[in-house]
Amino acid sequence: MKLIVAVIKPFVIGEVKAALEAAGVEGMTISEAHGFGRQRGHTEVYRGSEYEVDFVPKIRIELLVDDDQLDELLAVLIDAAHTGTIGDGKVWVLPIETAVRIRTGERGSDAL
Amino acid sequence: MRSADTLWVLLGAALVLFMTPGLALFYGGMVRSKNVLSVMMNSFIAIGIITVVFVTFGGSLIFSNDLGAGLLGNLHLAGFANLNHPLPGLGGVHADPMAIMVFQLMFAIITAALLSGGTVDRIKFTSFLVLIVAWFLFVYVPIAHWVFSPTGWLAHLGVLDFAGGTVVEINSGFSTLAIVLVLGRRRGWPGEAMAPHSVPLTLLGAGILWFGWFGFNAGSSLGVNHVAVIAFVTTQIAAATGMLGWVLFERAREHYPTTLGAASGAVAGMVAITPCAGFVSPMAAVVIGLVAGVICAMAVRLKFKWHYDDSLDVLGVHGVGGLCGMVLLGCFATKSVNAAGANGLFTGGGFHLLSREALAAAVTAAFAFFVTSIIAKVVDLTMGLRVSQEDEFVGLDLSQHAESAYSLGGGGRLGQ
Repeated sequence: MKLIVAVIKPFVIGEVKAALEAAGVEGMTISEAHGFGRQRGHTEVYRGSEYEVDFVPKIRIELLVDDDQLDELLAVLIDAAHTGTIGDGKVWVLPIETAVRIRTGERGSDAL
Repeated sequence: MRSADTLWVLLGAALVLFMTPGLALFYGGMVRSKNVLSVMMNSFIAIGIITVVFVTFGGSLIFSNDLGAGLLGNLHLAGFANLNHPLPGLGGVHADPMAIMVFQLMFAIITAALLSGGTVDRIKFTSFLVLIVAWFLFVYVPIAHWVFSPTGWLAHLGVLDFAGGTVVEINSGFSTLAIVLVLGRRRGWPGEAMAPHSVPLTLLGAGILWFGWFGFNAGSSLGVNHVAVIAFVTTQIAAATGMLGWVLFERAREHYPTTLGAASGAVAGMVAITPCAGFVSPMAAVVIGLVAGVICAMAVRLKFKWHYDDSLDVLGVHGVGGLCGMVLLGCFATKSVNAAGANGLFTGGGFHLLSREALAAAVTAAFAFFVTSIIAKVVDLTMGLRVSQEDEFVGLDLSQHAESAYSLGGGGRLGQ
């Protein structure tokens, strides 16, 4: 079992969600995040004084998947989140010990 | 007594009162979210505290008979008593004298509230209260008497100031400079980002100020007459061109016309037209607003060069805008719109009026700065003007008022 973590541009979340659902994903968690990479931040100006805003808004997706689904879903996610411009974000994958569905107590793949 | 005039003045009083909550929003939007209640509270509490001091005796010291030399009034009208005769020197005004007094009370309130714009994020609440009471008595009252009471020495000299370019604008600007020099800068300023937390609040506040300013300026005619109409119209025009001037300056300088700049420019235009409102033509108002918009947009940048933390630009907008207004009044005033006025430099009056306007502006700036410096120093030595470093870090909303402006719920539990 793997955890896919993706930090993406906020406006692509609709397409990413639709594409992942079409590929069979039945659940995910997203959160609003702020950060910077090569895109860096932007500058705001208030009464002539300039503020460097280093952290730009992003959406962070967390997605638990079975090992055999990983490559396909990763490709689907990357394809949907790709705009080709700077700031598209990153995705990384972590190994997961186990997962438990709290309502039923199912463990591992059954909990997904 | 003419009832329409009294009604006009009372309506003006209500409009001017409304400017103070407007100012609270204007300022509140410009601070960080941990200090928004604190700065809004400083405006609101001025309504309470200045009302009491003005009614009990402050207003009398401004508008009663002069004690001699045109420096201060007496206590004949203390407690708003004896207001059954026209105010000294205002025999030609037909509005009820008590209506004029309550109208003038609202000016004192908003001028005190203006001071809070320089001191945000770090002033101790109780010290602010003591400061504005002392400042009202020793700075506002004398200047208001000199200019607004026809028995005052500046009014007697022939200085024109329709609605408070000296009393309200230059006074608040230079008093604030005095306070912030004693108070010191915010920790981290100017390096640390202290961007406004809600420009929409500021825009709403600017809109309310704009609305209320019609009462401020047109109401200062103290009667329903053509001068009131002129003041109303010039106020609208200068606010408009002030906004355009500021935004054009920004567009040229930083390539972005900002909403905060639009709000600030409208206020700068109205500040500058305040002394001029009932004395200049509509086309002069176009110039006055535009000039003030550009000059104030430049002036708010000076604090970064000279490192005084006039946080929300009370000096840059009100002090400098007021100076612009007084000088331009000396240039553009014309008897063709108001026979009780005078002609200025560009209207056939020579330097006579301009020299008096410049004198009044300089005297007001110097007196406000000097006396407020002493008051601020005394309050600092006795009570301390600043909150502790930790209180400043957590924010004044929590440290001074035990509140948060924006609660998302949760985390709290009803105390015993």
